[in-house]
Amino acid sequence: MSSGQATPAATGRPEDITAVPVRRPGRWVAAAIVLVIAVAVVRSLATNPNFQWGVVGEYLFDGRILHGLRVTIELTVIAMAIGIVLGVLLAIMRLSPNWLVSWASSFYIWFFRGTPVLVQLLFWYNVAALYPKLALGIPFGPAFIHADANKLITPFTAAILGLGLNEGAYMAEIVRAGIISVDPGQADAAQSLGMTRLQTMRRIVLPQAMRVIIPPTGNETISMLKTSSLASVIVVTELLYASQLIYSVNFKTIPLLITASFWYIVCTSVLYVGQYYLERYYGRGAREREQTPLQRIRAGLLSFRHQPPR
Amino acid sequence: MNAPMVKAEAVHKRFGRLEVLKGVSLEVAPGEVMCLLGPSGSGKSTLLRCINHLEKINSGRLSVDGELVGYRQVGEKLHELRESEVALKRSQIGMVFQHFNLFPHMTALENVTCAPLRVKNEPRDRADSRARELLGQVGLGDKVDAYPSQLSGGQQQRVAIARALAMEPKLMLFDEPTSALDPELVGDVLAAMQQLARDGMTMIVVTHEMGFAREVADTVVFMDAGVVVESGKPADVLSNPSHERTRAFLSKVL
Repeated sequence: MSSGQATPAATGRPEDITAVPVRRPGRWVAAAIVLVIAVAVVRSLATNPNFQWGVVGEYLFDGRILHGLRVTIELTVIAMAIGIVLGVLLAIMRLSPNWLVSWASSFYIWFFRGTPVLVQLLFWYNVAALYPKLALGIPFGPAFIHADANKLITPFTAAILGLGLNEGAYMAEIVRAGIISVDPGQADAAQSLGMTRLQTMRRIVLPQAMRVIIPPTGNETISMLKTSSLASVIVVTELLYASQLIYSVNFKTIPLLITASFWYIVCTSVLYVGQYYLERYYGRGAREREQTPLQRIRAGLLSFRHQPPR
Repeated sequence: MNAPMVKAEAVHKRFGRLEVLKGVSLEVAPGEVMCLLGPSGSGKSTLLRCINHLEKINSGRLSVDGELVGYRQVGEKLHELRESEVALKRSQIGMVFQHFNLFPHMTALENVTCAPLRVKNEPRDRADSRARELLGQVGLGDKVDAYPSQLSGGQQQRVAIARALAMEPKLMLFDEPTSALDPELVGDVLAAMQQLARDGMTMIVVTHEMGFAREVADTVVFMDAGVVVESGKPADVLSNPSHERTRAFLSKVL
């Protein structure tokens, strides 16, 4: 504060209370315990040779690991994109006045939330056993394009389908919660201005629903990044499977798992920052905009520099 | 006399088993200001929402500017209007709500330009300059970039009035526009409405502001339990009511 050096008398403000603080021995004990545990953990990390930190460093930027990282990111981005689009569609379907449309959406959500995503992944991986030939055409009529399911559904597409379709079910509930959180008066106002239902949804309801939708969607994205490691069981060489391939040869299991974990944590941290700014954007108009941490640091540095010496 | 702007004939509206409007008939001439009075639950707000087709009526006939609300008559049969046709008709009727219902994610200016841009496809510079003009008229020329959360209730309601006017409506519906406001903020909103009435706008105002009804209204309609109890010049209805029910209500609010 710039008024820091002003005396209370000068500003006419009554003097602040100075009192002897209450002693809180419990807090000191808790802090001591935390400190001891922290030191033990750090010491163990530093001195236990089995961590093989040198090996971790060696493989951190290994081509196979980086390729695995790329596949993990691709899986996450594509599966989340499918999940979000599908989620919006399913949420609007669920709120439809037509009961068959609404019921179809409920059924989809019930089914995909009711089965483990690992089972769904294995299912898509083996879909050729169920439908050896896939065809595109008129239902119950002639088909125009034929394809061999085994060639069309590669492990990567199976992973995309499994993760994306499963995510759609969860996103649908998140989007629906967002839509019904918006005051119905907003739709009244939009419609009284002559907007159609689609315009009302797009311009008025969804942008406000975003405030409710974004935080859990961020969680879902972070969760998806980690869940994508399940694709390792259907031989997609994402980050985890890439590490497994290396340690199955050189038996340096722990350092390679640490390498994979390092990249997962880097990615989730980036997502966390992205989520913060996205929430800020969609929160506009809702409250006084607070400064971002970066702005706060910059403002802090400036005010520090401008403070006159005592 | 001109053809009526709004004509209701024996309008009934039910919500499930609850009958809210039980045969309402009234006429509003172009340029007329009508105030709807009555206890809560008497169906005033529902009637406004029906005029804008935010609610469908169950029986009777309701027309605005000579055209049925929500339907097209072909011979003896009524055909429901398509959504785009309903939207077009709504765009010619402005509505102001008790709780303002401003769009909180848009600035005052964006609230006002939103419908001209999206519904009328007006070019942005024209919509912008017209919005600034309207906000200036309601005394908010310095608040164009404020978000609704940064405005007082009275300011928000005046933005809402500007937003409705931006569509150049031929009829304005006010649903208890001052009921959610602090007493000291009511005056500015009423002043904006009074100015609008002076400019010749056709208005239907649901209100509990007796002073406004007395001064601005051409006609006062008293409703109770879903029917029109009595209507007439404000001086007659407010000072010399002929029905016991009206007298009992006025004795409580005046």
